[in-house]
Amino acid sequence: MEFVGLEEDRLHFSWISSAEAIKFSDVANQVSEKVKALGPNKKFVKRYPTKDTD
Amino acid sequence: MDAYTDKIKEISKKILKEGKVDVVMGFRKGTLGYMSEPYMAKSEKDAENLVFDCNCRMNLVNYLTNRKDKIGIVVKGCDSRNLITHLIENKIKREQLYIIGVPCTGLADKASLLAHADGEITSVEDDNETITIKGEGFEKKVVKTEVLQANCKTCIKRNPVIFDELVGEEVPELEIENRFADVEKVEKMSPDERWNFFGELLSECTRCYACRNACPLCYCPTCFVDESRPQWVGKSDNETDVQTYHLLRAFHDAGRCTDCGACEAACPMDIKMRYFTRKTIKDCVEKFGFEAGMDLEQRPALDQYKINDPNEFIK
Repeated sequence: MEFVGLEEDRLHFSWISSAEAIKFSDVANQVSEKVKALGPNKKFVKRYPTKDTD
Repeated sequence: MDAYTDKIKEISKKILKEGKVDVVMGFRKGTLGYMSEPYMAKSEKDAENLVFDCNCRMNLVNYLTNRKDKIGIVVKGCDSRNLITHLIENKIKREQLYIIGVPCTGLADKASLLAHADGEITSVEDDNETITIKGEGFEKKVVKTEVLQANCKTCIKRNPVIFDELVGEEVPELEIENRFADVEKVEKMSPDERWNFFGELLSECTRCYACRNACPLCYCPTCFVDESRPQWVGKSDNETDVQTYHLLRAFHDAGRCTDCGACEAACPMDIKMRYFTRKTIKDCVEKFGFEAGMDLEQRPALDQYKINDPNEFIK
């Protein structure tokens, strides 16, 4: 995904067991922080033509 | 190349006559001078039409999927690797096949041939070193290495991996300095540059699916793009839909693609979609040390687990 231009911090992978509540909350917080820093995603978003753009 | 053609005809007639095969899959001259088309010879008489030259850009393994009859098939180095993949994936049985191997010196790039021609091309002759382009009122000789298809310039296996009979002496394999220079160039760009690069690359795509139809790996009974329940990807030529299609196709081919170049050769818009598949090949080689279709005994990279598989992307 990064090869085609997605920012490095946009996509995250993690392996968390159902018993690892703390790890889950840590990872979730890290992900949201990193994504917030990047701002809204503009790539791979499908836009339909509107009256203004046509 | 005439020697190859003669030998292919000779072998085909022999195996058809002996009843070893029901049909021989090969190539015949196309209606355009710079194209040879896939052809199925069912009798000794049909076998007279078979040819082999630098215009045989399609990968005939594409037509083998799930066939039940006995087949003779003409394969180049890359095609033979796809044949191995087909055998591993149980899409055809070895006993059904009589494999006619062609030691390949590369295929000519359609666009380069057209650029060299001073008018309509009526014939393209290839003697493995020089290509003679003929048309109305002109005849031009070009060095073969100058008009090779991009994938043939970085080819790692010109001689067939698997065969019953070769049509000529084995050719020396290429020595390539940096096989993935094109992919590395893209990797060095910033994310936004890459995004724009691929946006530009795919801007002409009309979603005709010629690349998918030419690909021997794309044999699913219903392709994900044709499925409507659920509809995985939009069917329009919307930018995001086009990107999704090419990206997902590359993922489906990951660890299986042999870079035969049939997709690019089939594309009517001259789109270089091999950038996607080549990235998957590079990753496979670098991360798993795996090259598709080189060995019948080796399971594909995405089909097996090893304790030392790279996993640094998982936090």
